Amino acid sequence: MELELPENVFLSQIDKLASWVRKNSLWPMPFATACCGIELMATGASKHDIARFGAEVFRFTPRQCDLMIVAGRVTMKMLPVLQRIWQQMPEPKWCISMGACASTGGVFDTYSVVQGIDRFIPVDMYVPGCPPRPEQLIQAVMDLQIKIQKEGTLFGSEFEKKARQESKRALLQLETVTQTPRPAALPIVTNTTV
Amino acid sequence: MQVAPQVFEKLASRFGAQDWSKSESPKSGNIRVIVPAAKVFDYLKFLKEECGFDFLADITAIDYLYYRGARDRFGLVYTLVNLANNDRLVVKCFLNEPDLTVPSAWPLWKGSNWMEREVFDMFGIRFDGHPDLRRILCPQEFVGNPLRKDYPLRGRGERHNFQRLERQQG
Ligand code: SF4
Repeated sequence: MELELPENVFLSQIDKLASWVRKNSLWPMPFATACCGIELMATGASKHDIARFGAEVFRFTPRQCDLMIVAGRVTMKMLPVLQRIWQQMPEPKWCISMGACASTGGVFDTYSVVQGIDRFIPVDMYVPGCPPRPEQLIQAVMDLQIKIQKEGTLFGSEFEKKARQESKRALLQLETVTQTPRPAALPIVTNTTV
Repeated sequence: MQVAPQVFEKLASRFGAQDWSKSESPKSGNIRVIVPAAKVFDYLKFLKEECGFDFLADITAIDYLYYRGARDRFGLVYTLVNLANNDRLVVKCFLNEPDLTVPSAWPLWKGSNWMEREVFDMFGIRFDGHPDLRRILCPQEFVGNPLRKDYPLRGRGERHNFQRLERQQG
């Protein structure tokens, strides 16, 4: 069956449309705790102008944001704050770990600095560098846009799908454990009988 | 760096010449007065009220564990400034475990509040008479004193003692 579409009308999937809308209006939450924050500001300023990618609306309340940019080192005192802010952000949301410190702890291998925020919150993009150039951050935003376009669904059904897959995988692993032949009686047992 | 000689004359006439000693740092040129820990408050009070050292610039401490030739565990350091003639004097006393308590300088300088909290947090030195002796940099539930030399650089696992948030938990 052939349908004649009027001009300026497109056919798409509603999931794809939602992803397309989301990826072009990312609202970053600047979690700038250290020197990387300066580069983050430069990225938002006129020279590098992150507005070209639709991500210029920096909001300082997590309730209005959907992209958390962690720019700088996170200490053990700050981490509960980071987690709370992450939980306060509404779905769908993404996280960019900007710089060596946020991604791995960087040179600060000390008692108080968390060695990579991805140990405690999910991270979508890692930006290497100390600090990364604004171009690198922009590249991360562009890559994240590609990721958003590929992955998202309107109602977040990908989470359920993932949970299903994980439970299936866990089941499979269980079976392999039971199938492995049990080892013969341990030599220690024979020793004790002697 | 120099300090008016009258200050030392006054100190000698008030506390005697044997109670304290004076030295000069070979590197920085700071003039130091080393006093007994039990009397540090009296010295500070005298220096503030009689010798014109009206500004407390800093309080810090040094852990001499593993330090070559050191006889005492902790050095507690007060840096005083005379704002009228810009004299700078370092008042230092030594502390050993288990008695790590000195009187607080809070009645003399309200600004000592946070500096003493920092020394308490980092070294575990207690200040008697401090209005609010809590940790200031580390979280309240933290155990240990990070600037002590026997505290491991990478900590005791505090930095990774958190719950992990998964993607679905958002
Ligand atoms: S990665 Fe470098 S620039 Fe960024 S917060 Fe760490 S030390 Fe600072």
